[in-house]
Amino acid sequence: MISIYTRRRIVNAINLTFSTLAMVFGLFWLFWILFTLFEKGFGGISMAIFTQMTPAPGSEGGLLNAIAGSLAMVILATLIGTPIGIMAGTYLAEYGQRGWLAPVTRFINDILLSAPSIVIGLFVYTVYVAKIGHFSGWAGALALSLIVIPVVVRTTEDMLRLIPDSLREAAAALGAPQWKIVTLVTWRASKVGMMTGVLLAIARISGETAPLLFTSLNNQFWNADMNQPMANLPVVIFQFAMSPYENWQELAWTGALLITLSVLGLNIVARFFLRKQALLN
Amino acid sequence: MKNQQALYYSKYIGLSDYQQSTMHESKLKTEMNMSHSQSTVAKVSINDLNFYYNRCQALKSINMNIWEKKITAFIGPSGCGKSTLLRTFNRMYQLYPSQEAHGEIMMDGINILDKKQDINMLRAKVGMVFQKPTPFPMSIFDNVAFGVKLYETLNRNELEERVEWALQKAALWEEVKDKLNQSGISLSGGQQQRLCIARTIAVKPEVVLLDEPTSALDPISTARIEDLIFTLKEDYTIVIVTHNMQQAARVSDYTAYMYLGELIEFSDTDTIFTKPRQKATEDYITGKFG
Repeated sequence: MISIYTRRRIVNAINLTFSTLAMVFGLFWLFWILFTLFEKGFGGISMAIFTQMTPAPGSEGGLLNAIAGSLAMVILATLIGTPIGIMAGTYLAEYGQRGWLAPVTRFINDILLSAPSIVIGLFVYTVYVAKIGHFSGWAGALALSLIVIPVVVRTTEDMLRLIPDSLREAAAALGAPQWKIVTLVTWRASKVGMMTGVLLAIARISGETAPLLFTSLNNQFWNADMNQPMANLPVVIFQFAMSPYENWQELAWTGALLITLSVLGLNIVARFFLRKQALLN
Repeated sequence: MKNQQALYYSKYIGLSDYQQSTMHESKLKTEMNMSHSQSTVAKVSINDLNFYYNRCQALKSINMNIWEKKITAFIGPSGCGKSTLLRTFNRMYQLYPSQEAHGEIMMDGINILDKKQDINMLRAKVGMVFQKPTPFPMSIFDNVAFGVKLYETLNRNELEERVEWALQKAALWEEVKDKLNQSGISLSGGQQQRLCIARTIAVKPEVVLLDEPTSALDPISTARIEDLIFTLKEDYTIVIVTHNMQQAARVSDYTAYMYLGELIEFSDTDTIFTKPRQKATEDYITGKFG
């Protein structure tokens, strides 16, 4: 006859054990992936990666054009998507109490947020690439921005909702019009959180392959013209990894390691800022 | 007679013997002023005000006058509608779509509940301090200057003078004059509340609304803020909502007792606390309930 207390302790111990095992299971795969990436890709990291172009099969080379192309498209996509996302998120949080526009927008945004990125790539292909007749860096940036927008809308709205109403009331009580309350008080209070949202969006699009496959494709050579197909890391990895050439495969591993490290770094930085924002509130 | 009256009064406002000797004089002086100034003007005049949260009626047919340059206190048990009534004076309820007010509130000859009334101009004339201190996420200087910059164009010097004046009035200048660039959030609770008061009076409003301004503070900060409210009376009409009856008795000239959304009794503070007309008021004052 076990007492209630003892039974509770046993149940607690069992659940704790299973939870820990589940966590270890998940972490195990994560660490295995990271370990494999480092093992296969670290050897390839050298100055050549950052100074030479993608080579022909069998010859020496680097990933410069891919890195540059990725950077260009990610930066452009962020510049396009962030203002739209912040404006929409602000509307949803601050102005959307009455009427139907806000709930509908929120719903559609949630759908877009979980839309398969290949669908977005195909969409931009049909609407833009097919019309102008060739792949381009603009199309790639456009497709990536369509992924940035829902992420930024969601995080902006969530961060703005965290600001207590008492702060808005205090500003309203001084006679500030709504737009001044939003820009001078609410945005300032949630600055850190909104930036975190943007960082997370950048981390997300850094690794997206499918949208770029149909929009900017790839480029063997250095290309500074956004109107032409642009090299980018994810598609390069895709192409090189599937190939039978050894040096291409090595470069693919190195590229994968580079992407993983930058996404990991961005996530850590974002979480650091998120904690700072939570402390401020 | 004078001493007996003061003694009776002090019993109700919970003063120690020492405080009695210093406090009651200023109170009695105010009484004398009141009885002599027959020409007290009604700054705010409420006629048949009804207020609804969704379908639930929170205020029922309120009729009241708020006298100019006097302190009026609203007292009553929780949920009786005192904060609701206070928030109609600057139409704060309008931030929330489910809240509605019907009736008339006349201020300076205009019905402020009218849709044609410019709500931001109203709020520039009527300042409000809330229960929880809410400093903005900016420097102390910018906090106080925030309201001023909204409606007045002052050059740098004038702005600095105004900020200093407001902080002096709020009894905060000495403590923050060397750290005006520090964030407003870095101050203690009592200092933050005084900062909010400085921010409110920096715009030189005509009416100041205080919604339980000291209920989140320690007794020492509370005492300082009560002294501050007393000095503000010379320049502003003040309405204060308080849970603390003794605070109402200490600070206010007029008191309104509310219960379940209705105004039960309104008269000068002495009458309410010594000879209330309604039995309900007397029950609340003597602590039989609430």
